Amino acid sequence: MNMLTRRLIIAATASFVLVGQAVAQEKSIVVASTTSTQDSGLFGHLLPMFKAKTGIDVKVVAQGTGQALDTARRGDADVVFVHAKPAEEKFVAEGFGVKRHPVMYNDFVLIGPKSDPAGIKGSNDIVAALGTIKAKSADFISRGDKSGTHQAELNLWKVAGVDIAKDRGPWYKEIGQGMGAALNTASASNAYVLADRGTWLSFKNRGDLVIAVEGDKRLFNQYGVMLVNPEKHPSVKKDLGQQFIDWLVSSEGQRAIADYRINGEQLFYPNASDSGA
Amino acid sequence: MTQDVTALQLVLSGDPALFAIVRLSLYVSLSAVALAALIGIPLGAWIALTKFPGRQGVIVLLNALMGLPPVVVGLAVYLMLSRSGPLGAFGLLFTPGAMIVAQTVLVTPIIAALARQTIEDLWIEYRDELSAMNLGPLGRVAALIWDARFSLVTALLAGFGRAAAEVGAIIIVGGNIEGFTRTMTTAIALETSKGDLPLAVGLGLVLIAIVIAVNALAWTARRAGERLAG
Amino acid sequence: MRAPSSELPIEFDHVTLTAGGVTILDQITLTLAPGAPTVLIGPNGSGKSTLLRVAMGLLSPSRGRITWGGLEDVPPLKRAIVFQRPAMLRRSAAANIRFALRAAGIPRAEHARRTGELLELVGLAHVADRAARRLSGGEQQRLALARALARDPAVLFLDEPTASLDPVATKGVEDIIRAVSERNIKVVMATHDLGEARRLAGDVVMLHRGRIVERGVAVSFFDAPQTGEARAFLAGELLI
Repeated sequence: MNMLTRRLIIAATASFVLVGQAVAQEKSIVVASTTSTQDSGLFGHLLPMFKAKTGIDVKVVAQGTGQALDTARRGDADVVFVHAKPAEEKFVAEGFGVKRHPVMYNDFVLIGPKSDPAGIKGSNDIVAALGTIKAKSADFISRGDKSGTHQAELNLWKVAGVDIAKDRGPWYKEIGQGMGAALNTASASNAYVLADRGTWLSFKNRGDLVIAVEGDKRLFNQYGVMLVNPEKHPSVKKDLGQQFIDWLVSSEGQRAIADYRINGEQLFYPNASDSGA
Repeated sequence: MTQDVTALQLVLSGDPALFAIVRLSLYVSLSAVALAALIGIPLGAWIALTKFPGRQGVIVLLNALMGLPPVVVGLAVYLMLSRSGPLGAFGLLFTPGAMIVAQTVLVTPIIAALARQTIEDLWIEYRDELSAMNLGPLGRVAALIWDARFSLVTALLAGFGRAAAEVGAIIIVGGNIEGFTRTMTTAIALETSKGDLPLAVGLGLVLIAIVIAVNALAWTARRAGERLAG
Repeated sequence: MRAPSSELPIEFDHVTLTAGGVTILDQITLTLAPGAPTVLIGPNGSGKSTLLRVAMGLLSPSRGRITWGGLEDVPPLKRAIVFQRPAMLRRSAAANIRFALRAAGIPRAEHARRTGELLELVGLAHVADRAARRLSGGEQQRLALARALARDPAVLFLDEPTASLDPVATKGVEDIIRAVSERNIKVVMATHDLGEARRLAGDVVMLHRGRIVERGVAVSFFDAPQTGEARAFLAGELLI
């Protein structure tokens, strides 16, 4: 064997040893969650506190709600923390999740260009605003990625009496990407877009975008957390995962959520005690 | 990474989070290249030296696989490594190990195809001499790989470039977990989605600088080696 | 100084070699025995190189039989060849020789000494550490000779060893060939340089269109060729 081959073998062996160590060393769980919680910086705020208290490393895989639930369904996460109540309840009913715990809510805002081509700025009636957008065929960007935000958007169209699958036209663009990408697209094409407030507040490439509609109760966005069922997937770290859930809904965790602010503005409102949420 | 910091400041201040991301990127991509070399060079050499039915087809396939879409590889590796997949028991998904596996799959055809070409050219030149020396197949392969080593560096660099630049595969199998599986490219994707374009561009420049540095290093080593060995 | 080897004599028995419908060697019957160098002459394309490759064992006859010391299929352990354009390994001159020593199964402990001796023999000691591919044409040819000799051969095949060399380099190579022959190594050399054939040959085999047209001891071949082809070739006419 020549020197080159020998060196390559050494390097390869070293890689696997290192990876093995990295995996073995830590007390950690994988949480499948949404881009909105990650991009808003909430996890950056919460996780160091949780780690300091319990020593548990929380590895967040940020995906759309649909994908996050699917990741959990496959057993690739220990905890799933998303915002699409019907989908969450289905997830638990199918036996993939142990129990759904309400954690907090934030709200969606309808973002649009300063020029406001649909003339809806300042309204607090999201349903009427969407109807106007449809009537005027004003450009609208949809996530189109089965995320919680996407599902909320589809639901609002339904409430507004618009069958988006049938009534859509060139003004309605599905991009199939995350919240940030949708905002980037809206900013570049002066379109309306539904966004969660957290991502909007921490989004930096706003261009001419402003909030068009906010404050409607129907824009509230409930988050739930679930332990992946260890009976379906024995690899689930149920004790560590349960510790994380318990902490989120504890008074300490709830206070930490309420304390998180961007530019002085509160993003998430804890409501674990509201069993109907 | 705190907000409102420009990429330049990040780089200049030697931000530890940035340093960790750079280190992980290099670790993942270089490991993948090392593993791919271990598989791809002998594979390329074997194809170069062996006559078998369907050889032309294998060569065409190998060349085509150089352009494997990272997203497809990421998805395939994801399904393999998922707890519900055939290799789920190893618990590799969402770890740097999974990213190394995915990039190894991406890079192996590149190294194998380029190694095959290089070694075959050299084999045509050396065939008579090595046969006359009564060298067995292993001895031939060893001699060819050793003498092609400087050209093979180019194959490794092509593989490294591919690995360091791709985001589609590692973001799927690594999960872009902060401090654990976040690399240069997945961080760029994330910062772009957060609308922090200056930071994304800054990270992109850092990535390009690293790729240039690695290439320059390999180039210098190659030149020095060639001066000595011809 | 050399133990009698099983390689010699090499006997061609009606050896015919065809490739793609073309007959390259046609019914060659020939014995290569120990002694002074045998020189193959003949115009380009007459089959000299192919005959050397068959004798080396690199090509198998299409028909007929070749034996080494009476045996068939003898691996080329004690045979060596220098091709017309030898490929230099991408290593130093010394490493080229060490590679040949290793391939020949010479114990590692002897490599340094043998490498030094061989480089000395071919006059390349001063460029031992230089990249082989950066040597001049004559130096490369001499290094190829040293590399062939590293196998400690009983018989050495040389294919136009001085074809592209200037007179000084040619003399250097020929001196080595003479020295090699004096060490009881059987030299079999192809050339179309008649002067070189005269200077080195013990006996001569003349090929034309894949057939042996004449053979004999060098002195009588050059002084009194028996066939029309040989006379024409020696007279410098074009043989077609």
